[in-house]
Amino acid sequence: MNHDAYDDNYIRSILNSVKSIAMVGASPVNVRPSYFAFKYLAQRGYDMIPVNPGHVGKQLLGKPFVASLSDIGRPVDMIDIFRSSSHIMPVVDEALTLSPLPRVIWMQLGARDDAAAEKAEAAGIKVVMNRCPKIEYGRLSSEISWMGVNSRTLSSKRAPIPTQGMRLSLNRMSVGGGATAASDRAAKNKSEPT
Amino acid sequence: MTDRLPGFSTLAVHAGAQPDPTTGARVTPIYQTTSFVFNDADHAASLFGLQAFGNIYTRIGNPTTAVLEERIAALEGGTAALAVASGHAAQVVVLQQLLMPGDEFIAARKLYGGSINQFTHAFKSFGWNVAWADPDDIGSFERTVTPRTKAIFIESIANPAGSITDIEAIAEVARKAGVPLIVDNTLATPYLIRPIDHGADIVVHSLTKFLGGHGNSLGGIIVDAGTFDWSKDNKYPMLNEPRPEYHGIRIQETFGNFAFAIACRVLGLRDLGPALSPFNAFMILTGIETLPLRMQKHCENAKAVAEFLAGHSAVASVNYAGLASDRYNKLARKYAPKGAGAVFTFSLRGGYDAGVSLVSNLKLFSHLANVGDTRSLVIHPASTTHSQLDDDAKVRSGAGPDVVRLSIGIEDKEDLIADLEQALSV
Repeated sequence: MNHDAYDDNYIRSILNSVKSIAMVGASPVNVRPSYFAFKYLAQRGYDMIPVNPGHVGKQLLGKPFVASLSDIGRPVDMIDIFRSSSHIMPVVDEALTLSPLPRVIWMQLGARDDAAAEKAEAAGIKVVMNRCPKIEYGRLSSEISWMGVNSRTLSSKRAPIPTQGMRLSLNRMSVGGGATAASDRAAKNKSEPT
Repeated sequence: MTDRLPGFSTLAVHAGAQPDPTTGARVTPIYQTTSFVFNDADHAASLFGLQAFGNIYTRIGNPTTAVLEERIAALEGGTAALAVASGHAAQVVVLQQLLMPGDEFIAARKLYGGSINQFTHAFKSFGWNVAWADPDDIGSFERTVTPRTKAIFIESIANPAGSITDIEAIAEVARKAGVPLIVDNTLATPYLIRPIDHGADIVVHSLTKFLGGHGNSLGGIIVDAGTFDWSKDNKYPMLNEPRPEYHGIRIQETFGNFAFAIACRVLGLRDLGPALSPFNAFMILTGIETLPLRMQKHCENAKAVAEFLAGHSAVASVNYAGLASDRYNKLARKYAPKGAGAVFTFSLRGGYDAGVSLVSNLKLFSHLANVGDTRSLVIHPASTTHSQLDDDAKVRSGAGPDVVRLSIGIEDKEDLIADLEQALSV
């Protein structure tokens, strides 16, 4: 699996198939990126579970925090890890003890641990690294285009009618377009020790 | 299996645009509205707090304008873009994100005269200090870097003489100094040069010129390459410090590789206000669809006219990088192999008076202060676009008293040459 660049269909199939997402490192502070992503994904119908031992007893948008993945007590489809690269492996190790296993492990923008990814993939889990599910959802639905962002997609088909006001659907036919090679290269150089 | 990547001309027609979901309209509609209704109070709060993507008010964003932004981001190979009212507005918005009062930026000496004026006088009143360097002497950029330097600004094809800048060499100076390189790509357009491929971190344009291409609409744009690490060294508080305007969010950590474009939108455009009209965005989008075809014709015509002038007895010299004898020809072949653009200068043996006479005797060329129109244009920079400079600065920026600037259009080149021939022989 090439983790430098993902095919749009790979990301779209993940976001279209998972229903429950446990977010490790979710923050109740409403200016943190994890809060932004948690709220956005909850509003798009995902069953969100905040995981953060520092906030047990509190709720995030009505969902109670749990201390760890094993405290969730029910199957989850995807684990979204909002931790830096050096804290990924213990989370993946814990995820591998769950039964049933999660189908997807997703590491946030800036986070990448190739050894952890290899371990998860060996157990049949799909892995995404150094991406944000909010940004990817917004990109593939073309919602993010409202902010002038290069969605790197082209489509000659009528977009699905927005639901709930301005929310766009992921079920949009598109082909790849508008590569951002310089930015991808810069991200790769940053993640590799010099 | 990864999708094949579409070519430049496909992006010029399609990027950012999709048939309208409600009406099926194939061409991007003009959303001529100031504001957009919210679903409910929480949706409104999410939009204002930058937690959701969507439309609020046309000063901050507009669906027609957003198509233009995405299209140019795609053409330049950037992560995102922000359209504004003019090229000048783009420069203000970019530098507002990078400089605090007392900071400096380095600019190439060869620039559009209006930019020289804006940097020298208008920005001085903001406490932004410009230091000039010579784009033909890379060492002059290195020597001008100080601890207060926050950016380097150059033009890819430089006004008025169409000289070619060594973008990669200056990008290396910027990288070593830890500051972003801003490239004004107006005269090249991404069809001829994509500065991000050569190390630019930010690209700006006057859309008014070749991109719009028809001389009918003002506009400017900022493209974020998504390459600069704003978290490094804490030099850029607009990007890296908690923003009180948004309850303490850090733009850089929240928006990743398109953070600069978001900062320009939510801190720059929102608060300074130079929004582009959706109607202008529509006109410019229509122009961009034919950008590759027009640029091919512009460049073909410019080369033919430059060759004609170079062989004319009344002409002292021609500055066109597309000519094999030109001092910038080597750089042109490296950076702009498809053509050296369509704006260049020449000087007449008869000096200032001959220049004035030529301008008044031309019958097809229009005498006006613009470039990048379908029509061929002529101007005498020393008395117009560069008139605010002193004599020494005029010569250094390539706008001496005997210099005439042409912007070659897409008419038949034989007619342009015939017009010049008759005007030169009067």
